[in-house]
Amino acid sequence: MEYAVETKALTRVFTPRRKILRKKTANGSAEGPVTALDRADLQIRDGELFGLLGPNGAGKTTLIKILCTLLLPTEGQAFVAGFDVTKDPFPIRTRINMVSGGETSGYGLLTTRENIWMFSQFYGVPSKVAKEKIDTLLHTFGLYDKRDVKVRTLSSGQRQKMNMIRGFVTDPSILFLDEPTLGLDVNASRVIRDYVMDWVRKRTGKTVLLTTHYMMEADQMCDRIAIIDHGRILACDTPEALKRRIRKATTFRLEVDTMENTSPFLNIKGVKNLSAKNDIAKNTTNLIFILEDESPVSEILSTVVSHGSKVHHLQKSEPTLEDVFVSMVGRGLE
Amino acid sequence: MSAPTGTVLSRLPQRIRLNLQAIVGRAYPRVVGANREPSWIFFEAILPLLGIAAYVFIYQALGDRAAAAIVGGMCGDHVCVSATEQAAYLAATKANVNALIGSTVLGGTMIAFWLNVLWSMASQLYWEKEIGNLQLYMMAPMSRMALLGGMALGGMFMTSVRATTTLVTGVLVFSVTLQLTSPALLLAVFFVTLIALYGLGMMLASLYLLWGREAFNLSALLEEPIFFASGFYFPAGGFARAGGLGRAVLTAATAIPATLGLDAMRQIIFPGAWGGTLWIFSPEVELAVLLVLAVVFLFLARRALAYLENLARREGRLTSRHQ
Repeated sequence: MEYAVETKALTRVFTPRRKILRKKTANGSAEGPVTALDRADLQIRDGELFGLLGPNGAGKTTLIKILCTLLLPTEGQAFVAGFDVTKDPFPIRTRINMVSGGETSGYGLLTTRENIWMFSQFYGVPSKVAKEKIDTLLHTFGLYDKRDVKVRTLSSGQRQKMNMIRGFVTDPSILFLDEPTLGLDVNASRVIRDYVMDWVRKRTGKTVLLTTHYMMEADQMCDRIAIIDHGRILACDTPEALKRRIRKATTFRLEVDTMENTSPFLNIKGVKNLSAKNDIAKNTTNLIFILEDESPVSEILSTVVSHGSKVHHLQKSEPTLEDVFVSMVGRGLE
Repeated sequence: MSAPTGTVLSRLPQRIRLNLQAIVGRAYPRVVGANREPSWIFFEAILPLLGIAAYVFIYQALGDRAAAAIVGGMCGDHVCVSATEQAAYLAATKANVNALIGSTVLGGTMIAFWLNVLWSMASQLYWEKEIGNLQLYMMAPMSRMALLGGMALGGMFMTSVRATTTLVTGVLVFSVTLQLTSPALLLAVFFVTLIALYGLGMMLASLYLLWGREAFNLSALLEEPIFFASGFYFPAGGFARAGGLGRAVLTAATAIPATLGLDAMRQIIFPGAWGGTLWIFSPEVELAVLLVLAVVFLFLARRALAYLENLARREGRLTSRHQ
């Protein structure tokens, strides 16, 4: 079967430069090589909207950079549109594009339309065609009234919409979106999400690889999701199938007074995994427990009380993608 | 897995078209965008005249002193023997002072190109990396030389507009008389000098990216010493008269295309100035050397860029801000 993206035991190790190697860390040991990707195997089908979920430093951006031909793998192979990223980058570059969240690319002196047009020229899009496409996309993304405004005056949301248009204007077969809605307001995020989903579903042969921090976004948008941590692909399936994996387990959500140390919970028999997130505004800690069954609940509550904390809210819930993530990675995304 | 056949943009005409489009695309921000800031007229066309004016006033003062001595009856190191000799000395002094002032205006104008090469070519890729453009450029299918070529063409055009403003203003304000002998040769020297200069800038762009922030210090270091060694404000051929060290400075300075380019242009515009004693080579020889420099710098730029891209992909440190 022909895949839009395929990786085989893909590994990337970053070796610090000699100057950095000489530096010692706080505990006195020298900084060594960092394995950003560790034998990652992935197959993304043509026409798929594929999500990559992982915490910061999991290897998502490294993977995208290798697939975009910006970085060479240390070991293993990666193919994009059937071409080897190491040996044959040129045909890959004609078929792909990438948009990252919080991008500040382009030139502030140029207008929105001029900036997008400039990037389209690097892909050989005929100038007239590019201008027509840009206008259409500006309308779609609600940015048409900003078409002749200098880019440096755009808000971050407007700028990200412009970046998205830059990604779509070259009509790539495979689009890499690296946290495209990072830091955007609800409306801007929705416009981007809706367009991406439409783009993949209403056209044939369009593939998107999306990395995101937002579980709901991944759940709502993606046909399949891979969970990645410490450079390793831990699971890869549809959101439903991933959730089914922990359906046998029980998920409890607790809101308690702020607890700095949550490690005692992991010693309770029957607790498979736990995620803790402090809410500074409310002075509380939100705990998500993945339990084998309901039997440890009483001991969990006792532990909360014995640590001088108080339970504000307790809820048993259906597993969400976030629960799947906590179950596999052992912590939340943030 | 077998690689698909029939790749997009795989044929030569398509690649040529792509790269031409890329050149135009990358030149565009410099041609159009840069002129959206009207402040350039003051900062980049009028302010350089102040630097030029300082030298012009010194040369005028020296010329006035020499003229006063001639009027007083001294022709060089002897007393004038006739009124005809006195008039000839006076005319030659005025012509030499005019050539010095004209050379200064021309040199001051060419400084705009050297600064553009240093700060908008050599430092550009590093800056592009900082704002996140470089990885988008490296990911695009265009040739990397098209990217640098677009930057260079845009820079040449933008700087030519500014330099022309400085030149015309300088010639009018300081009443320089031009004696253009061969416009075709002048144009040839000017354009080959620009190609060699921007070729040098293209080569430095990759090297600066490798050296990172130190590159900015290097750019600063390459300003005043090069103004001096390349003779932006005086004929560089004068170094040859200063003995061994002067010759060494001159030899090193010929690696900077502005040195020979300026010398050739001055010879074409002010023929016979200083009795021809302050020129380095003939304009034709200088044009030939500039052609060689242009080819060498463009070749090295291509090699340096290929090396840079390979390094960037291998080490992953050059295309992203935070790596």
